[in-house]
Amino acid sequence: MEIPPGLKYSKEHEWVATEGGVATIGITDHAQDQLGEIVYIELPSVGDKISKDDPFGVVESVKAVSDIYAPVSGTVIEINEDLPESPEIVNEDPYGDGWLVKVRISDADDLEDLLDKEEYEQLVSKERE
Amino acid sequence: MAAVEKCEPRTESSGSRTEPLIFEESVPGRRGVDVAGGAQSIARARDLIGSELCRADLPGFPEVSEPQALRHFLRLSQLNFGQALQFYPLGSCTMKYNPVLNDEMAALPGFANLHPFTPPDLAQGALALIARLEAILAELTGMDAVSLHPAAGAQGELTGLLMIRAWHDRQGRRRHKVIIPDTAHGTNPASCTLAGFSVVVAHSERRGYLKEADVRRLLNDDVAALMVTNPNTEGIFEPEISAIAAALHQCGAQLYLDGANLNALLGVAKPGDMGADVVQLNLHKTFSTPHGGGGPGAGPVAVRNHLAPFLPVPRVVQRADGSFELDHNRPDSIGRLRSFHGNFGMMVRAYAYMLAMGGDGLALASRVAILNANYVRRRLANRFPNASAEPTLHECVLTHDLEKRTGISTIDIAKRLLDFGIHPPTIYFPLTVPGALMIEPTETEDRATLDRFVSAMEQIYDEALSAPEIVKGAPHTLALGRVDEVKAARHPILRWNPART
Repeated sequence: MEIPPGLKYSKEHEWVATEGGVATIGITDHAQDQLGEIVYIELPSVGDKISKDDPFGVVESVKAVSDIYAPVSGTVIEINEDLPESPEIVNEDPYGDGWLVKVRISDADDLEDLLDKEEYEQLVSKERE
Repeated sequence: MAAVEKCEPRTESSGSRTEPLIFEESVPGRRGVDVAGGAQSIARARDLIGSELCRADLPGFPEVSEPQALRHFLRLSQLNFGQALQFYPLGSCTMKYNPVLNDEMAALPGFANLHPFTPPDLAQGALALIARLEAILAELTGMDAVSLHPAAGAQGELTGLLMIRAWHDRQGRRRHKVIIPDTAHGTNPASCTLAGFSVVVAHSERRGYLKEADVRRLLNDDVAALMVTNPNTEGIFEPEISAIAAALHQCGAQLYLDGANLNALLGVAKPGDMGADVVQLNLHKTFSTPHGGGGPGAGPVAVRNHLAPFLPVPRVVQRADGSFELDHNRPDSIGRLRSFHGNFGMMVRAYAYMLAMGGDGLALASRVAILNANYVRRRLANRFPNASAEPTLHECVLTHDLEKRTGISTIDIAKRLLDFGIHPPTIYFPLTVPGALMIEPTETEDRATLDRFVSAMEQIYDEALSAPEIVKGAPHTLALGRVDEVKAARHPILRWNPART
């Protein structure tokens, strides 16, 4: 299971990459593996405000429908337009082309609550027991 | 004692059983029915209906003879899997046998031909049936008043939540949150959202039930209710339910009890005694009316007295002389929920079932349902252990190690069961159990049927180790083999289109 260094992770299995006050958000390799083949993704619109720990989107696989929880609060400035047509990209490349949204972070303190690679590894290995 | 019958997979090849689409059987100009008077009658029909409502042509509409149409649909029906044909242990759906007597009663001309606009004075029998069925459901659930309007369980949920919202509003406070455990049916959060609430998830951890302390931690003056299924979707009775109800009431919140799994409780325990303020039931689960494609459903909702003023209108009420009328004058009501009085045919069926079973019969049914689920759990324990150590009620949720050992996943097991002539159980639900197989045999299955199911599951487990390709490629004996569910979900084709063929 791939868990790249340099990213922040949420307990709800999202990853966050930050650059200049903008967070790129996706779901982790572990999350896509647990969901199985993804068939549908619902994302917010550009300009929407999302709040930390509240659902901002939906990902549906043949197994289940799951909410995607916001790891940080902020305003959506870009969404991955390729996903509605080709949700399988999230399975194939969760940390790259399968990113979900870009958000202008409203409170940088939100990042403090997120996990680093080692902490997220522990969370995943505990879940897989 | 009779020898236990081993369940053998079918071996018959599937190729001969496929059926073309009716569009492919079409021959231009062929007719099933010739309208008397031909073109003249068609012109007259067009005048009566209004030509703006009539299509000039219907490209691709199948043109077949009457015997062709009859044979086509009868052959399709023979490819069906269903409760009337096979063992159907679909967890949390309670696919119990639908007694033929129910259908006979619903077909009585006085019920079947009753026009929904019949004035109450000419529909006293139907109104009496509604009132009596409400009374029986109130007794079984330990609640004070019942509405039969909701057309399905999820509409019952919405009704209950709207009443809770109206009750809070009435007291001049707006509350926004509903707590839902992670084992809940997917309809629960959906109904909350539709009723204008946001959802807070309570985690049942691995023990499989809610702790009062965990609920208490989530409580504050923005919580309108807790919505919990009892027994829950792991087939476990919530042991702390009364303490949870007390904690909710202390903070001004309500207990919504989802009665989807009431089949475990009839004559044994009442939601009203657990402290529930609202309960929704499913006639199409617990009370033997048809389910799935055979519906429609019926999701009555039962409340305590303080919520009764909010029930949907109209209410069936009894006059002093014993006759029945409809009461629309209920100023606190959440309003009308659907047309007329709900799915009345289902009420007749459920009422017939209750009278045929009697109170003792219903209590016995629940006990046998629990016995059957425990029998399956115990017999499969070596290969498919139960997810929780807690006692099982009406359904067991099993898991397995095959995915780790061989790459065979739960969906493969489900597909292989079809080759044994068994409808698969609910799979991958609840989400709290990895690779879940949720099995609800119901009380209507005898021991021989359960033994055949156990035998099939044991063989599939052993096949997964010795000949995994058989399981991976299943089903082998149906008209269609393994269908591409991912492609179907990503690129659904919902309509036949002549250009595509």
